[in-house]
Amino acid sequence: MIETASRPPSDASAPSTIKLVDADVHAVVPSTEALFPYLSGHWREHVQATMFKGPVENSYPRFAPTTWRPGTETSGSAPAGSDLGALQRDVLDADGVDVAILCCTYQIDSLHNPDAAVAFSQATNDWLVAEWLDRDPRLRAGIVVPIQLPELAAREIDRVGGHPGFVQVALPARTTFPLGNRIHAPIWEAIARNHLVGAIHFGGAPGTPPTPSGWSSYYFEEYVGMAHVVQSQVVSLITEGVFDLHPDVRVAVLESGFTWIGPFLWRFDKEWRNLRRLVPWVRRAPSEYVRDHLRFTIQPLDAPASDAHFLEAIDQIGSDNVLMYASDYPHRHVSSPARLLDLVTPGLAERIRSGNARDLYGLH
Amino acid sequence: MPRHVVAREGEIPDGGRKIVEVDGRSIGIFRVAGDYYALLNRCPHQAAPLCEGRLWSGMTVSDRPGAYANRADVPIVSCIWHGWEFDLRTGQSLCEPQRLRVRTYDVFLEGEMDGQSEAGHEAVAPEQSLVATTFPVESDGQWIVIDVDRRPAISGTPRRDR
Repeated sequence: MIETASRPPSDASAPSTIKLVDADVHAVVPSTEALFPYLSGHWREHVQATMFKGPVENSYPRFAPTTWRPGTETSGSAPAGSDLGALQRDVLDADGVDVAILCCTYQIDSLHNPDAAVAFSQATNDWLVAEWLDRDPRLRAGIVVPIQLPELAAREIDRVGGHPGFVQVALPARTTFPLGNRIHAPIWEAIARNHLVGAIHFGGAPGTPPTPSGWSSYYFEEYVGMAHVVQSQVVSLITEGVFDLHPDVRVAVLESGFTWIGPFLWRFDKEWRNLRRLVPWVRRAPSEYVRDHLRFTIQPLDAPASDAHFLEAIDQIGSDNVLMYASDYPHRHVSSPARLLDLVTPGLAERIRSGNARDLYGLH
Repeated sequence: MPRHVVAREGEIPDGGRKIVEVDGRSIGIFRVAGDYYALLNRCPHQAAPLCEGRLWSGMTVSDRPGAYANRADVPIVSCIWHGWEFDLRTGQSLCEPQRLRVRTYDVFLEGEMDGQSEAGHEAVAPEQSLVATTFPVESDGQWIVIDVDRRPAISGTPRRDR
């Protein structure tokens, strides 16, 4: 039950050839029909006979300005992010990315039919393997799971977790119960026994209100508020003892901002001193769990205008091992990661570009 | 001899406390399971009257999420303002034992000169402003005496909330 140290960094005497890891790019399922090769005859016929659309909830409205950046349009009706060739052209080749981690936010969690949820998560993972991972050795991916069915989600993690391309399990930020809740115990056990990372991503469609304070009126509120949803997940993971039960498990927090981490940890640590007695298995300051177990991608980059203030916000995180470079392709953000990478020390820039992701995902 | 009579034997019931003024300092005398402890009545966090806080039956510990156990051998007082917990024996904060301590004092029953003083209570914490004070307590069977020879380690302004 004693916390182990973070995974050792790569051997400094043998510089890695991996110089840039994009820890958050998206693979979008373009249509239900795209999964037909990976669905059983039953489900193909079901879709065709009933017009069942599969998961139609979408945290990224198709033409919201944040959903796609100019130039990412694909031919025909396919949404941005659904074409491997475009990803290769726009990100992997353009930015010189050595490894990119695919996050598919296909909202299996919106399916109330448990059999459909399992069938569509299996099909999505098989689609990711066949049409992405097997076609470009630079790619890795997160396993898509029916999180509303934790035992079956664990079974899916066990089914495909041995594929070397799968390095994490994609978990939506919005959930019916927070991710640390014991209802999710089978998922964390499966993540631990398959030596995977848990990856909390923007969005989720559990059917509950999209913000911690209820039903918001506008997409704008949901979009801004996702940072608060993620913060409540971080509180849950640490408070419920996920990292005490699974000392080797690490969690990547994707696309949720990072400049809030410092002030958030001030509050988290302060209240732990007051209320520690209620959760005595939390034996270290929450900030220590965060620095040891959590990693955050840098896009969106919610930076203050002043470089001095920006550097303070980075310094307040209290560790060089927390941030990971990401483009969040094809989503559009107005801030360039270059501003961050140019501002910090060369050593920290190297940790952000690749070092932290290499250690997290065991990339060599 | 900076020893001060602070109470009659039997005056402080088990689980009780008495807050006294000694040389201008407010000090809480606690009795837990027959043992006496003396603690400077000043929280190293924001200088609250720490000894007015709740005295717990022990330290709540756990070996896994969802499991609770009580270490009755670790008497705990929690600060009246923010609930920070301190080990009465050593003045150490449970949250940051390496850097946050309240000074304790030896408490003697007269005739038991070894008292219940805790070794190490002179240990210097990295930040003096976060350390408070324990005192030796003794009793002769009639009077409770504390020894304030060991000066409180704290000085200066209280640290603001962090």
